[in-house]
Amino acid sequence: MLLGPSLALSAVLFVLGVAGVLIRRNAIVVFMCVELMLNAVNLSFVALARLHGVSGQIMVFFVMTVAAAEAAVGLAIILAIFRHTQSVDLANINLLKG
Amino acid sequence: MIQLVWLAVLLPLIGAVLNGILAIRRPGAKTAVSVIGVGTLLGSFGVAVGTFTELLHAPVASFRVLLWQWLPVSDRFSVDLAFQVDHLSAVMLLVITGVGGLIHLFSVGYMRSDPGYARYFAYLNLFIVFMLVLVLGASLPVSYIGWEGVGLCSYLLIGFWYEVDTNSDAGKKAFLANRIGDFGVLIAMFLLWWSLGTLEYTGITMRAGAEFSIGSTMPLLIALFLFLGCTGKSAQIPLYVWLPDAMAGPTPVSALIHAATMVTAGVFLVVRTAAIFTLAPVALEVVAIVGALTAFFAASIGLRQYDIKKVLAYSTVSQLGYMFLGVGTGAFASGIFHLITHAFFKALLFLGAGSVIHSMHHALHHARSHADAQDMRNMGGLRRWMPWTFALMLLATLAIAGVPPFAGFFSKDEILAAAFARGTEQPIYLVCWALGLVAALMTAFYMARLVAMTFLGKYRGGDMSAAHLHEAPLMMTAPLVVLGALAVAGGLINLPHFAGGHAWLEHWLEPVTEVAAMVMKPLPELARSQEALLILLAITAAVAGLIGGYVLTSRTVIATPEHAAPERGLWRVLYHKFYVDELYQLVFVNPVMWVSRTALWQTVDAFLIDRIGVGGTARVAEGLGWLGSRLQNGQVAFYVAMFAVGAVLILRTLVR
Repeated sequence: MLLGPSLALSAVLFVLGVAGVLIRRNAIVVFMCVELMLNAVNLSFVALARLHGVSGQIMVFFVMTVAAAEAAVGLAIILAIFRHTQSVDLANINLLKG
Repeated sequence: MIQLVWLAVLLPLIGAVLNGILAIRRPGAKTAVSVIGVGTLLGSFGVAVGTFTELLHAPVASFRVLLWQWLPVSDRFSVDLAFQVDHLSAVMLLVITGVGGLIHLFSVGYMRSDPGYARYFAYLNLFIVFMLVLVLGASLPVSYIGWEGVGLCSYLLIGFWYEVDTNSDAGKKAFLANRIGDFGVLIAMFLLWWSLGTLEYTGITMRAGAEFSIGSTMPLLIALFLFLGCTGKSAQIPLYVWLPDAMAGPTPVSALIHAATMVTAGVFLVVRTAAIFTLAPVALEVVAIVGALTAFFAASIGLRQYDIKKVLAYSTVSQLGYMFLGVGTGAFASGIFHLITHAFFKALLFLGAGSVIHSMHHALHHARSHADAQDMRNMGGLRRWMPWTFALMLLATLAIAGVPPFAGFFSKDEILAAAFARGTEQPIYLVCWALGLVAALMTAFYMARLVAMTFLGKYRGGDMSAAHLHEAPLMMTAPLVVLGALAVAGGLINLPHFAGGHAWLEHWLEPVTEVAAMVMKPLPELARSQEALLILLAITAAVAGLIGGYVLTSRTVIATPEHAAPERGLWRVLYHKFYVDELYQLVFVNPVMWVSRTALWQTVDAFLIDRIGVGGTARVAEGLGWLGSRLQNGQVAFYVAMFAVGAVLILRTLVR
């Protein structure tokens, strides 16, 4: 069984995603890192589904649906921001600064 | 009629209420107001006469008229709303309703053209109500209702023309000065209750002798606190300053409240509580000394005033001093005697001054002159136009100066004789007597000056206004004539033995003062020669003062106020009333203002409460908000980091 290596890979991917979100300033890359985290979670769902039944696999479909919706909304926002500021650098997007 | 004495109070009360309603609804209904105002007083006077005549033939000297239980607090403390009708209150009842009625009548003429006519009569009637409650009350709390009430009416009437700031200021000054005194009466009541367990006058008189020994501390404290109240209400040193300012009110008010009745309440109170005062010889000495000093200083200030009402005001303060000198000597009946005669001649003087002012005001108004209608430097020679007023004022002047056989002579002489007699044993009273004698001289002087400046010589108000001078209408002169008769004959009620009388008032008041007389050492008998010498001295002082005042005034050229040279030397000090108002301003008013402004307002209110309290809370909230806002730095990465840290921390607690 590949449960151990699967979960390890999932964790590595997730941490990569978190690190990317935290470190990168390009909104597209950050977005991709978010997708990476979602897929890392999907991987652990699938891996654990073998132990706990199919509900984990079904959950993956939900996550993918949400991710698709999120991609549509998120990319639209990024596009709108780019049209507005000619940049996708997150450091410049701080209108809600307190 | 004695059991119906409450009618005397109720009638003016109804008058006050009706006139008050009219003042709001129909201020123009002056005839109705006059009928109600004067009519209720007339009824009240009728009740007073009825009560008095019944008392003349009554088997007992004192009646208690219970109206209702007022404060039934416990078995040990209850106060009834009850009236005490005895020889003292009956006499006061007559004086108040009688003189009050005459002054009401005079007011009908004097205030006729005033827009506040109805309001004026409502206040005046209300004053009579409270004054009667004061003298009729059977206990201190009941009298205190009246005591406070007359203060209120005095305040309302001083500030009657409240559109002018100085008038309402004078009202406030009177009220505040009276409050200081009222505090004394309140403390005295607490002490009396604490030590004697009663506040009824009869109870106080009965128990005081048994509970207190002569010269002990408690009666001294009570007497001094009571006397503090008297200095406020009766305008004695140190609280006399309000009375001269009180002349801002309409002149009949000055006559009724600030000369004849209210200001004598202090003398009345001392006589009512004589049992306490006689147990504290020191307090009696204080009363006599304060009275004598007041008589002296007020008379000296009166020497150099130009406002006709101010002269009379200081004269009133001075005469009240005489009354206190009398009661302080233990000659309670003499004090009351002077109170009565003073009510007659001082009311007459004020009403006479009122008709002079009325006429002057009218004349100056027609001449479009803005000269002061009360300043005697603008008057002069008025006897040509106002013969009746002149004649009556002259009578009153002779009476107040103490020329025999007018009323003031007998009462003043009695007080001075009593002080002298007491002085043969206690030298301090000799000083009082001397002060009183000099004050008598000055009284005659300033009164002669007043008459000379007002009625004699040449008119100084200008020819334009001279054409409009006129005698007062009958409605105003009639009360003057009655008062004139009383001022002449008032001395008869207590005609001393040497003048062929029977000292009626003194015997009449004996039931009231007998308990006090038992405690007091009787006045030493004076030899006939001493008595004659004293009388001679008093008459000399009066005549010398009158002649001196007349000669000095008629010799000097009197300049109208705008051309007057500044006062010099002692005259200047007298003109400025010994700078007492300025002194009080410096010693009392300014520190209070400083404490209120700097300490209370700027430090406590503006700094501590506003800036630290209210502003401080806002600052704390603002600071916390600022701290929170630092988290919202707009950097998505930072938010995510916080989120990640938070998620890790939560996971740590969930997954153990």
